[in-house]
Amino acid sequence: MSPELAGVLQLAALIGALALVYRPLGDYMAAVYSSEKHLRPEKWIYRCIGANPSTQMRWPAYLRGVLAFSLMGVLFLYLLQRVQGSLPLSLGFTPISPHQAFNTAASFVANTNWQSYSGEQSMGHVVQTAGLAVQNFVSAAVGMAVAIALVRGFARSRTGELGNFWADLVRGTVRILLPLSVVGALVLVACGAIQNFAGIHEVGQLTGGSRQMNGGAVASQEVIKELGTNGGGFFNANSAHPFENPSGFTNLFEIFLILVIPFALTRTFGKLVGNIRQGYAILAAMGLIWLGFTALMMWTEFHHGGAALQEAGGAMEGKEQRFGVGASAIFATSTTLTSTGAVDSFHSSFTGFGGGLTMLGMMLGEIAPGGVGSGLYGMLSMAIIAVFIAGLMVGRTPEYLGKKIGSREIKLAACYILITPTLVLGFTALSMALSTPPDSMLNTAGNSVNHSGAHGFSEVLYAFTSGANNNGSAFAGLNANTQWYNTTIGLAMLLGRFLPMVFVLALAGSLAEQKPVPETAGTLRTEKPLFAGLLVGAILIITGLTYFPALALGPMAEGLS
Amino acid sequence: MTSMNSSVRGTARLIGAGLRALLALTVVCGVLYPLAVTGIAQAAFHHKANGSEVTSGGRVVGSENIGQRFDLDKKDEDGNPLPDPHYFQPRPSAAGTNAYNTQYSIIVSGASNLASDSKVLKETVIDRRKQVAHFNHVSESRVPVDALTASASGLDPHISPAYAELQVNRVAQANGLARDTVARLVKDHTEGRQLGFLGEPRVNVLKLNIALSRLTQR
Repeated sequence: MSPELAGVLQLAALIGALALVYRPLGDYMAAVYSSEKHLRPEKWIYRCIGANPSTQMRWPAYLRGVLAFSLMGVLFLYLLQRVQGSLPLSLGFTPISPHQAFNTAASFVANTNWQSYSGEQSMGHVVQTAGLAVQNFVSAAVGMAVAIALVRGFARSRTGELGNFWADLVRGTVRILLPLSVVGALVLVACGAIQNFAGIHEVGQLTGGSRQMNGGAVASQEVIKELGTNGGGFFNANSAHPFENPSGFTNLFEIFLILVIPFALTRTFGKLVGNIRQGYAILAAMGLIWLGFTALMMWTEFHHGGAALQEAGGAMEGKEQRFGVGASAIFATSTTLTSTGAVDSFHSSFTGFGGGLTMLGMMLGEIAPGGVGSGLYGMLSMAIIAVFIAGLMVGRTPEYLGKKIGSREIKLAACYILITPTLVLGFTALSMALSTPPDSMLNTAGNSVNHSGAHGFSEVLYAFTSGANNNGSAFAGLNANTQWYNTTIGLAMLLGRFLPMVFVLALAGSLAEQKPVPETAGTLRTEKPLFAGLLVGAILIITGLTYFPALALGPMAEGLS
Repeated sequence: MTSMNSSVRGTARLIGAGLRALLALTVVCGVLYPLAVTGIAQAAFHHKANGSEVTSGGRVVGSENIGQRFDLDKKDEDGNPLPDPHYFQPRPSAAGTNAYNTQYSIIVSGASNLASDSKVLKETVIDRRKQVAHFNHVSESRVPVDALTASASGLDPHISPAYAELQVNRVAQANGLARDTVARLVKDHTEGRQLGFLGEPRVNVLKLNIALSRLTQR
């Protein structure tokens, strides 16, 4: 069997597995978020919080809950890293420096998991399991909660009530993420991922002597890193490390974990708004983009363009033998089209076009299928824009799911889509204009071209695209552990996560207050393929117009040179 | 004034709720969950959960999942260790050394991150091809791509079947074994794609070298 055919078969198996769980998982999540009952452990947690989970919140209250909880997350994680030297099970690792601790805390709370540190040489057991892995769970649950609040905005009328943030947070964690993680972690261990609390220990080598190796609760962290579309690796090499991702099977399983919740949430959405086919239309738009990107990525990686790859005769630089080119290509598009950022191969060594695809995937706003929760609310914001464009064409007040899209709604959706490009292009421009940052670029100095080299620019553009979109993957040639990058990328991650949530929740509140508009013969049928096509077109055009100039300076210049 | 006081009180209450929610979920997801998974994993998959260590001649000689080096004690003029001709050689590695925490000498996993059109990478590939062809006494055109490129983790435990076959003559000669014996060894250690289509065919270098050392009694 050729590697190309094996790649296509792996893609087909992945799609089959996702299709199989789409309905049951989507329906289950809908039931979780609309259930009246509270489980016993949940009641215990609500008592701890001191909140009544049955109280309904309007959007400002819901938002205050999100922000208070996330602020505490940043402070707690920062503190944990700063006092690492005095914590038990820290393996003798010293405290993390202030700017790096800020960057890492912001990164994990914002569901980004950008890492300017190397896990195996800086983080002890307590910081990894009780700090970083906890945010892998709860930052994902926060994203899902905000998405569900927006869906309720569409589903409810003549009320401003969006549900209870604490109940949505706790249920998402306890009923969805935890059970799936327990099962997934055990599957990974059964295939060879490690799960222990050993210290750094000596392991003998065949030719004599020994080498130091890490222990750690790797599988339990790996599974939620993918399932919660987080992406922060236990080890520096992330999911390329054999202890995180030991085989071809676990590799496909991890891609499945990345995609399963974001895709299934479209079913949950359809179920909650009372029209399953509306969910299918959103799914179709997401699926079309994801499949198109994956096909292009496999094509370009198998063609291995670029002088060095041509010389080697294949695109295996920065890829593992057990995965090969095809599976690495599927992983790369899945991780950058969601907000994951885990890697099983290193994007910096991809072909110029392939590297551009990973960047473009993030620039779409990570909505195909996007991060857990953030993918759905991002896509629904784009759907509002698409409905508005269609309304302009026919000269009718746009409506979506029985709600009028008036000037308030369109302003909020427009603000939503403008935030990330502003952060990405603004910070990139600043980094290029200031004198110190270029010292951090590997592929400029290393290749003895000057600092304006296209790949060097791509590295910086990639870093801020990854940060502001809450992806977390890197064109790792950039030395990001400098005061400048730790601070600015940290800010980009926080603003890129929480400002959009403000607009999404305001939008949800405004939709929930409206009375439903009866459907007429002139209503745009948003459950039809025509609308899914319009949505994909709107996404590509808006993103293209926003980022084309920057892409021309980076990956396109590289591809043409 | 009273409204300001009440908004301060409201904010304090909210922050308190946020902190308590975080601590409660830390207990659930950061303590109970990893301990439960570790407990089950240690009971059900003890060997794998602890790093799949392999033994040879009664001592641990590494993890079957982590690539290792098979070098001579000698170094070349640049200070790089020379590969041992008695053993099958792994893929090139760009993993780094521990710079942050000098208490340990762990190898930090990672890739070269060099671009696909990088001049440095192109020259490295050309050098590696020359070196591998010379070391194994084969023509340069036979050297497969995995022998020319650094892996993603820098700890890749596998090589392609083609790279293993290319090394057979040299290994057989160095150890005074028949070529067919070593070729059969490679064939026995070649793993196909999982379920026929997952990943790529591969040879685990450590396991192959352990089997080889059993033959040579080294």
